[in-house]
Amino acid sequence: MNLGTSLTIAAKELKVLLRKKSIISYIIFFPLLLSVLFSLVVKNSIAPSSGISSNYSLGLDSLTYFFVVLAAILPGSIAAYSIVGEKVEKSLEPLLATPTSDYEILLGKGIAAFVPPIFAVWGAASIFMAASDYLTYGLLSFNYFPNWTAGVMLFLLAPFAAIFSIELSVIASSKVSDVRGANQIGGLMFIPFMGVFLAGVEGLFAFNASNLLIFSGIVLIVDVALFFLSTATFRREEILTKWK
Amino acid sequence: MIETENLTRRFGELVAVDTVTFRVNQGEIFGFLGPNGAGKTTTVRMLCCLISKTSGQARIADYEIGNKSDSMKIRKMIGLVPDNVGLYDSLTAYENLDYYGKLYKVPETKRKENVERFLKLLGLWDKKDVLAGTFSKGMKQKLAIARALIHDPEILFMDEPTANLDPESAKTVREFILSLKKEKKTIFLNTHNLDEAQRVCDRIGILNTKLMALGTPRELEYSVGERKTVIQMDEVNDAILKAVARISPGKVTRDDSKIIFELANPDKENPAIVRAVVEAGGNVQSVTITASSLEDAYLKLVREQKE
Repeated sequence: MNLGTSLTIAAKELKVLLRKKSIISYIIFFPLLLSVLFSLVVKNSIAPSSGISSNYSLGLDSLTYFFVVLAAILPGSIAAYSIVGEKVEKSLEPLLATPTSDYEILLGKGIAAFVPPIFAVWGAASIFMAASDYLTYGLLSFNYFPNWTAGVMLFLLAPFAAIFSIELSVIASSKVSDVRGANQIGGLMFIPFMGVFLAGVEGLFAFNASNLLIFSGIVLIVDVALFFLSTATFRREEILTKWK
Repeated sequence: MIETENLTRRFGELVAVDTVTFRVNQGEIFGFLGPNGAGKTTTVRMLCCLISKTSGQARIADYEIGNKSDSMKIRKMIGLVPDNVGLYDSLTAYENLDYYGKLYKVPETKRKENVERFLKLLGLWDKKDVLAGTFSKGMKQKLAIARALIHDPEILFMDEPTANLDPESAKTVREFILSLKKEKKTIFLNTHNLDEAQRVCDRIGILNTKLMALGTPRELEYSVGERKTVIQMDEVNDAILKAVARISPGKVTRDDSKIIFELANPDKENPAIVRAVVEAGGNVQSVTITASSLEDAYLKLVREQKE
C-alpha cells in the first residue's frame, strides 16, 4: 500500500468537499452552534449567578462528551457521500482502472472524511471549554478545563468514534444509491455513542478518564474489525456490475 | 499485444462472454462490434482487470489477466475510456487530468506537459479552469479520452466513445483515435456504430456473447453475399468475352456494354481480368466492385445466431 496514493485521493476528496457549501456549513456551523448552546447551558443551568450546581462535574463532562457524539455524526455523512458521490457520478470505474488498491482508495477517502470533522469538533470543544472556564472560574476558583477526562474524550475517543462512523458508512453506503440515503446512514452512526451519553446522564456510566480509556479501547478494537469488514465489503466486481 | 483464448464470463446462469478467442496486434485499432448486451463492456472490463474471468485465458503484453501481481502492471500500461465518462464534476478539466496523472505516478513535469498537450490536442485548453460538470457531452467525452491518455499508455480501451455525441464531436473523436494510431498506440474500441467501425478499425470482431466473425472490414463485407466486379465499356464483343472467360474463375455475364463477374476475391482477381479486357481490345470506362456492406455482414451474423 502506498500512502502517497491515499494522500492524493484524500487531497482530491477534500478539494471536492471544500466546494460543496452545504457540507462545509454542516461541518463548521453545527459544531459551532453546539459550542454556543452548551456555553449557554453552562451559564444558565450549571453556573448561574445564584451558585454552582452540586453536580457541575457531571454536567460539564456530559456536555464535553457530546462532542464525541458529534465526532461520530459528522464524518459518517462525508464518508458515505464520498462513496455514493462516486456512484452517482459513475467515476469509480475509471478510478478502479488505475493502479490503486482498495486499501489506498478507502484510506484516502477515510482521511478526507476524518480530518475536517475532527478539527471542527476540536475547535468547537475548545470554544466550549474556554467559555465554561470563563463562566465557572469565579465559582470554582480553578479552571475545570483542560483535564484528563476531556483529553481522553477529545483526543482518543472522538477520533476512534469518527473512524467507527467512517467504517460503518463505507459498509452501509454500498446499499444506497443517492446522497440523501448516504446522509441518513451517516447520521445514524452516533447511536452507540449517544447510548453511552444517556447512560452517563442517568448515572449508569461515570465520565472519568479510566472508564473512557476502557471505552476507547473497545471502540478501537471495533474500528480495526470494521476496517477489515469495510475493505471486504468494497468489492470491485460488485461495484461495477451491481451498483446502479 | 492483447490475446484471449476461450475467454468466458458468467453472471450466475447468464453467460455474458462465451469462449471468445482473438488477438490484437501492437499499433492496431481493433473494433468490437455488437448489439447491446453482447458482452463488449464485460470483455473490456475483464481485460482492464476490473472484473474476473470465469474461465479461459487472456494476456496483455506478457501479463496474465487474473494473476493478482500482474493486474497492477496491466493497469499501468492501459488507459480506459468507459461508456460513462465518470468525471469529477466539481473539479476543473485541468484538476481532473492532474488527479489521474498523480494516481498513475506521472512525474510532475511530465504530468503538466501531458495535461497541456492533450487539452490542446482535444481543443479544451481554453476550458482548462472550467468545472467539468458544466461541460457538454462532447467536451466531457474528449476530457475522458485525455484522462485515459495522461500516463501515455501503450493500450487504450474505449467503450462506445462516440455514443450520444453530435456528428461534429463524433468526427473529432474519430479523427483523434486515428491520430493515436500514428503514435503506435494499440486501441481496443467497443462500438455498435458500423460506420465508425468501418472508418476507424483495422480489424473488427463481431461479438454477440460469442465471437461471430473476425477480420478486416473488407473481409467481413466479403464474408457474406455476392461480390461482383462490373466493367463498363463502350462496347462488348465476342473477343473480349472469350478472353475473360479463359481467365476468370467465377461466373461471367454480359449486360449490354457491361461485363459482370462474380468473384471470390475481387481485389486479387480484378487486375488480371482488366488486363485481359484491355488486351482483347476493350475500351474500359469504369471498374466497380459491388459487395455486401459491413451492415449486411453484421445483421446476417447477428440474425443467424438468433435463429
